[in-house]
This record gives sequence, C-alpha cells and structure tokens, in this order.
Amino acid sequence: MDFGFTDDQRDIQRTARDLLGERAKPERVREHAEASRTDTELWSELCELGWPGIAIAEEHGGQGLGPIELSILCEELGRCVAPVPFLGSVMAATLIEHGGSREQRERWLPPIASGETIGALGAAVDGTAEFVIGGADAQVLVLVEDDGSARVLGAQEAEVSPLPSIDPTRSAARIVAGDAGGALPDGCAGLGRALVAVSSELVGVCDRALEMTVAYVKERKQFGVPVGAYQAVSHRCAQMLLETEKARSTAAFAAWTADANPEGLAEAAAMAKASASDAGREVTASAIQAHGGIGFTWEADVHWLFKRAQVDAVLLGGAGRHRTRLASILADRVRASAPA
Amino acid sequence: MDLTFSPQEIAFRDELRAWLEANPPAAEPSEGGEDAHYAWRRDWQRRLYDGGWAAPAWPAEYGGRGATLTESAIYFEEIGRARVPFAANTLGLLLGGPTLMVWGTPEQKERYLPPILSAEEIWCQGFSEPDAGSDLASLKTRAVKDGDEWVVTGQKVWTSGAQYSKWCMLVARTDGEAAKHKGLTYFLMDMEQDSVQVRPLRQITGEAEFNELFIEEARIPDANVVGGVGNGWKVALTTLMNERAGLGFALQIRLRQLLDDLIAKAAERGLLEAYGDALAELHMRCESIRLLAWKGLTDVERYGQPGPEGSLVKWLWSDTNQRLTQLAVDIVGPEALTAGESWSYELLRARGNTIEGGTTEVLKNIIAERVLGLPRLKVAG
Repeated sequence: MDFGFTDDQRDIQRTARDLLGERAKPERVREHAEASRTDTELWSELCELGWPGIAIAEEHGGQGLGPIELSILCEELGRCVAPVPFLGSVMAATLIEHGGSREQRERWLPPIASGETIGALGAAVDGTAEFVIGGADAQVLVLVEDDGSARVLGAQEAEVSPLPSIDPTRSAARIVAGDAGGALPDGCAGLGRALVAVSSELVGVCDRALEMTVAYVKERKQFGVPVGAYQAVSHRCAQMLLETEKARSTAAFAAWTADANPEGLAEAAAMAKASASDAGREVTASAIQAHGGIGFTWEADVHWLFKRAQVDAVLLGGAGRHRTRLASILADRVRASAPA
Repeated sequence: MDLTFSPQEIAFRDELRAWLEANPPAAEPSEGGEDAHYAWRRDWQRRLYDGGWAAPAWPAEYGGRGATLTESAIYFEEIGRARVPFAANTLGLLLGGPTLMVWGTPEQKERYLPPILSAEEIWCQGFSEPDAGSDLASLKTRAVKDGDEWVVTGQKVWTSGAQYSKWCMLVARTDGEAAKHKGLTYFLMDMEQDSVQVRPLRQITGEAEFNELFIEEARIPDANVVGGVGNGWKVALTTLMNERAGLGFALQIRLRQLLDDLIAKAAERGLLEAYGDALAELHMRCESIRLLAWKGLTDVERYGQPGPEGSLVKWLWSDTNQRLTQLAVDIVGPEALTAGESWSYELLRARGNTIEGGTTEVLKNIIAERVLGLPRLKVAG
C-alpha cells in the first residue's frame, strides 16, 4: 500500500513543472489567450519531448508509460492553463488505442504521439458534436455517442465550424460528421482513461487557483491586516483545499485503477470526473471571490482558470451525469448482492 | 503508487479475519443499561487480549505485535468490517499507552501498560474543561506540590468512561506565572478517591457517554507525573495526535457500512433513483475519506509525520456522517425519527462529530495556518 508517486513519476512531475514554469508564464499564456492562438513554440517543444505520446504504446511511437504519468502531465498543464492542444490529442489517442482496431491504431497513433497530428474528442448525437475542445485545430477526430459507440475520422471528412469558447486558450468547434469515419470496434473502451485525463487537468486548475488565492490573501490588506487572517477568508481557503484534495485523491485512484483493476475503472472514472468537475467550479469561483474586485477584472489571471474549469467541468459529462452513472453502478451492486 | 496490500499485509489481514470469525464477541446485552453494555465491551477486550489482538500496533515488548502503520490501519478496517464493538479501554490502548511509550519512565511503562492491554485498568482523558474547549491550553485545574504529592482541584468535562476508569490522563496547571502553554503538567490520577466525583453528562441522544469530573483536593504522587513538570502541553499533544490517527480507519468503515445499509434501504423502498444523486455523492465522499486516510498513512511512512490529511479526513468524515444520517430520515421515512430507533440515534449522535476531537472550525484554522500558511488573526488577550 503506497499512495505516493515513484521516484520516476516525481521526476516527471518536477521536470514538467520546471519546464512550464519557464515556458508557460502567466504573461505568455495571456498573450496567446488574448489572441486566441495556440502557443506553437511551446507545443513543438512538448512534442519533441514526446508528451503527446506519453501513454501511447512504444510500438505505436509513444513512450509506453501509463495513465498515472499521463495524469501528471495533464495536471501540470492544467496548472498553467497552457494554450496547447494536449488534452484533445491524448484523449483521442486513448480512445483509438483502447477501442480501435490494429489498423486504426497503426494509422493514427504514431502521428499523434509525435505531435505531427493533433487529435480531438467530442461527444456527438447522431454524428453531430456541438462543442469539441481543440476541434478547430485537430486533424483527427474521435466522436463518441451515448450508446457507447465511437468512431474515428479525419477532420477533412467532417464539417468543422470553429466556435469562440469562453476559454480562448484552446480552440473549439462544432463538428458535423454525419456517417463519416470508421467505427472503433471496442467503442468507448478508452473513455474511462479520457475522463481521468480531464479530471487530472481540473485538479491542476484547482491547485493553481488555490495557490494564487493563498498568495493574494496573504498580501492584500484591509482594516490594517492581511485579509487571509480573517476566518471568513481563511476558512474559504481551507474549503478550497478540501475540494482540491478530494478531487486529487479520486483522480489518482482512477489513474491507478485503469491498469491495476480495469473492471473498476468505470466507477473510479465516474467518481473522478464528478469530483473534479465540482471542485473545478467551486475552487475557481472561490478564487475569484477571495480576490475581491480585482478577481473580477480582466487583468487578474484567475479568470483563465475559472474559464478552463467551466469548460472541463462539462466536458464528457458534468458532475450530475457522472453521479447518475455512479448511482446506477451502486444500484446494480445492491441488486447483485440481494438474495434471489 | 500501489494501492494493493503486500503478501505480508494480506497474511496479517487473513489471520485477523479468521480469528474474528472464530472468536466473536458475546451477544450484546439487551438489558442492564450502560453498565451491562460496558461490561460486555470489557469482556470483548479480554477476548482480544487473550487472542493477542488487543493492540497489534504496540511493540512486542509491551504485549503488542509491532504492527506496521498499514497493518494497524488494516486492523481497524477489519474491526469495523466485522461489526464488533470497540475495546472497552480504547482510550488507554490508543491514547494513554502510546503517550506513556513516548514520555513514560521505565517504571511507569512496566507498571501501567500491561493492565491497559488486559482491560484490568480502564483509562479516561481529563483534558477539556467547561471554560477550556478549543482553547485547551487555557485550562484552570490546578495542581500544587505538597511534599512528594500533588494536590489537584478543578473541573473536567467530556470525560468518557470516567465511571469505569482507574486512571485519568489529567492535564493541570502547575505554574500559574508561566505562559499558558508552559505552566502545564501531565499526570496520571487515580480515579478511586473520594475527592474525585464523577457526574454523568446526559447528551442529546439521551444516553450518557461522557461525564463531568469534580476534583476537590485529589492527591497524586509525584511519581505519576508524565514527561516532567511543566512539559504537559507537549505530552498532551502526543495524546491528541494519537487521537486523530488511530480511530480514523474504524470510523471510516462504520460510515461505509451505514451508507451500504442506507443504499439497501433505498433499494428496498424503490427510492434508489429518486435519491441516486445524493447517494452517489455520499459514496464519493466515503471513497475520498478512505483514499485520503491511506494517503495520510503513506506520508507518515515516507516522511515520518502526518500531512494535512489528518484534519481534512476528520472534517470530511464528520460532515459526511451528518449528511448521511440526515438523508436517512428522508429515505427511511418518519419512522427513522422514532426515539430508540437506530437511525434516530445515528442522526442525533452525528451532531457531536463536528465538535468532538477538534471542532470543524478549529480544523479549518489548523489547515489555514499550518497547511496553507495563512496569517493568524491576533485576538485580544
């Protein structure tokens, strides 16, 4: 029993944080967000380092590491709201790798792993996905439907209409694919892992929002004392930590479960996403509140975190939907254990 | 990260499980009130003791098994899972014994530890006072040196099991001039003296789990000072740290069982769908509590000290138990409010959870100040 990272995982985390601390400073993120532009320089660097392929098998050009390592990178990128199409790419890759045919894997995974191709994942109804994160930049799209089916297609096979997202650090698009694309034989088998990736990104967003808030309320003085000395404020910060740690623990558990106990992943991933979605909204909203008037301005950087959290919270289903899923898993369990 | 047990841990768990199955407690008494109930728990501890399972976390030299932290957590998970009662002398086993192991003299350890384990001598905790709750260090009970004895006068409250106890872990002020944390001393007070009066404190459930202690010139030999005169605050902190660490795992399992019972009840009444969202939320919270408790354990094993999880876990557990027992009234229906019914008991008892062992407000202060490093508001006086 060990809840901590291995030395290698800690190295990945430290290296990622150091790199992004240098390359994705707030002013640089803001510059790209205000122009609704991907940070192509940063993205190239991450691709050279093999980040998009971290969890893709070596035979498909990836690094062959696991969902825990992927989570670490998602969290670090979430912390700085990096303007790169990482999340869409790794989620698309996950669906292809775990639900696709050999041919689909061989065709799509190597270029995603190298960064040559950008992927995006969207939830569609009858071939139309209303809001696909990274959809305007992607060359390969994976669409999942409510019935558990999924398919992969090239972006040129669909009608892609870019949308202005409230989170301009990543593109968004409406995708109309009709019947185009090839079905993934195992459908949404990779969805649990994709949910873990979004959840981990949300944990990073929460972590940063809390860090910024704590720093601010220690500095900001009213009535002659730092506002963080007031319990109305400090207890809010404690609540932010609780929400963040709840989300972190369930995301870490789901990441571990993906490989160690695949049958448990549906439940663990639903918990992770519900917990992270709630935490993301609450913690970033609290961050704005604790910053006071400045938190409502465009100048302060907390709003990027709030916006990213809003988008991630509904991505692949909001908290309510995942709690409903969880409730049905619990109901099945009760029925299974009830005497016949 | 590896959330599975090692072969050694599994062997420990299986041995305990097999023992618990083969050695169940006697039937819970239906008559005789709290005294009979306490005698039943005392008998249960004796069975645990005879089987070598009273305190596996204690080192072998003191009669334990030298269990690792993980094994100790497994122990409480299994005790919870088997739905057996807590040992009668839980405060001695979890708080008093470990405190003596850190601060006691060789003579004190030899004299006091064995009867804690066998439940021959029950221990209680004399910390809180009517005017010293969260602000424990402001306590007023006074001990004055008289030859090779101390004479103690004061009042303590929330002393559970005092009527059955032989020894009280008592913190008293021995130096009125010193700063408030500095003038305290930790004593072992013999409860069997007329100058110590125990009065049951009836709580909102109607029962009296706790007591008030009225101490009027009680005598304590100098040999019963633990950890040195004036060092009481440090010794008390050892006790309080053990308080948060030990019981967590067992409480977490109790919560899980209560939730499983409630889900079964909801299924029975066809209410799973109507309350699905709320039940799923409770399920997630239970899982977070379990995961954060294990994470805390990993921190202790790796870094030698608990991380912020201890306070977070207690806060989350108490809040979740209150939500759960409140939801139960909706699911079970008004009959859950029948006095004496178990759901009504759980509902009322849960109100104490966010107060005992550190109020939620104090836990938030601890998190804000010690984990997040926020400044502390200076309070007058």
